Amino acid sequence: MQVPAPFEYERATSVDHAIGLLGRLGGSARLVAGGHSLLPMMKLRLTDLEYLIDINDLHADLGHVRVERDEVRIGAMVRHRELLESAELARALPVFAEAERVIADPVVRNRGTIGGSLCQADPSEDLSAVCGALDAVCVIRGADGERLVPMDGFHRGPYETAVGPDEMLTEVRIPLHPGGSSAFEKVERRAGDWAVASVAAAVQVEDGLITGARVGMAAVGPDTVTVPGLSEALRGQRPSEELYTHAAEIAARACDPATDTRGSADYKRHLAGELTRRTLRRAVAGTEGKA
Amino acid sequence: MRLTTTVNGEEVTREVEGRLLLVHFLRDHLGLTGTHWGCDTSNCGTCVVWMDGEPVKSCTVLAAMAGGREVRTVEDLADGDRLDPVQQGFMECHGLQCGFCTPGMMMTARALLDRNPDPSEGEVREAISGQICRCTGYSTIVRSVRWAAEHECAEREEASS
Ligand SMILES: Cc1cc2nc3c(=O)[nH]c(=O)nc-3n(C[C@H](O)[C@H](O)[C@H](O)COP(=O)(O)OP(=O)(O)OC[C@H]3O[C@@H](n4cnc5c(N)ncnc54)[C@H](O)[C@@H]3O)c2cc1C
Ligand code: FES
Ligand code: FES
Repeated sequence: MQVPAPFEYERATSVDHAIGLLGRLGGSARLVAGGHSLLPMMKLRLTDLEYLIDINDLHADLGHVRVERDEVRIGAMVRHRELLESAELARALPVFAEAERVIADPVVRNRGTIGGSLCQADPSEDLSAVCGALDAVCVIRGADGERLVPMDGFHRGPYETAVGPDEMLTEVRIPLHPGGSSAFEKVERRAGDWAVASVAAAVQVEDGLITGARVGMAAVGPDTVTVPGLSEALRGQRPSEELYTHAAEIAARACDPATDTRGSADYKRHLAGELTRRTLRRAVAGTEGKA
Repeated sequence: MRLTTTVNGEEVTREVEGRLLLVHFLRDHLGLTGTHWGCDTSNCGTCVVWMDGEPVKSCTVLAAMAGGREVRTVEDLADGDRLDPVQQGFMECHGLQCGFCTPGMMMTARALLDRNPDPSEGEVREAISGQICRCTGYSTIVRSVRWAAEHECAEREEASS
């Protein structure tokens, strides 16, 4: 039987209350959102915390999906199921539904949140790859106000983020581009499992030329939220199978997978390349007739 | 800490530790042993109960997190002696053998039918995809849920004609 070590439970009633509690209780306090990453770690005694601050009541403030003219704003407490089922989000950024369909299982998706997924900074988190490809910006709030950290600098390594001990993630903002499209692909061993490898790609195409491209990967190395050098290699180019092959090589080189029960490092590296090729191909196809 | 929550329509208050998991609160503190406890790692789904109307894996929810919310367990499915159509379906179509996975399967199935009264076989399989059955091979579970759906659709039609 797995039992977490003892702690004091507090429930935040507002974002300011949560931040106040974090400030007062110091480094021994942790937030819990869906709890589907944190509670398993607590059961394995992989965390040491004295206070647990439950932010589930903040869904009223942080549970929004707002599609605006040039960006989409997603509150940190939006649950996987809500990302999957939001018709508005599916119209603006269908890549979210594509990914959510294969993230965990429907019951887990009822609890897990986008905020928890990004803040867990597990290198296998599919939403990190999606948000990396989409060039998302994380809104971090502390006692002194808000600061914006792009997804590129949000993860400081496995299980470490730019969020300070007395701060919290409140929102994720995703820029919308005319002529933009994106795609997600995941290989998993069985329904509901973590990825053997997953890749998200986002592109913008104008007058037949790629004006922007990003790829994010999960489960193929400690920090693969964006593939470095890939945007530079694709920008200004005309989409073609040769170009996707070149991008696949960049992605395969950029990853650093480990051999484990999900597959060998070589296999995962192969997937990183192949899924990059496939997602880019589909993302470019998605831009056709858009701008 | 003092925990007040509503379980199967009744408000209960107990003194609990913050670290107590919802599954143990239900089983050990309230004696509601219909909810099973299996893998302990949010993989098998036998511990599924509803919280505010949605299926959750109660081994991965703290009892404290259920404070002020509504919990529903398998004990609440039947209305007195009258079985829920999902329970009846499991009986009719051999939806269980050892019965270990059954409470979780039935709670997820009930939630599915409430949202989607006529799910396809694929939709049923998707809904229970985070739950493990080591006996049936799933086919009879899917058939049981479909039985309940057809039964309920027929009942509704009868009521409206
Ligand atoms: C069986 C199972 C299968 C899964 N499969 C997948 C999968 O295939 N793909 C995938 O990507 N994920 C998968 N997950 C993970 C799932 O997506 C989790 O829900 C997610 O990782 C964490 O979200 P949460 O809301 O539960 O976070 P929590 O567990 O509540 O929190 C995680 C961490 O983030 C911190 N945190 C939470 N919210 C905030 C905030 N607003 N500001 C600052 N810090 C915060 C917490 O303090 C904690 O450190 C799986 C989980 C399970 C249990
Ligand atoms: S005991 Fe909760 S999912 Fe297995
Ligand atoms: S009936 Fe035995 S595990 Fe499902």
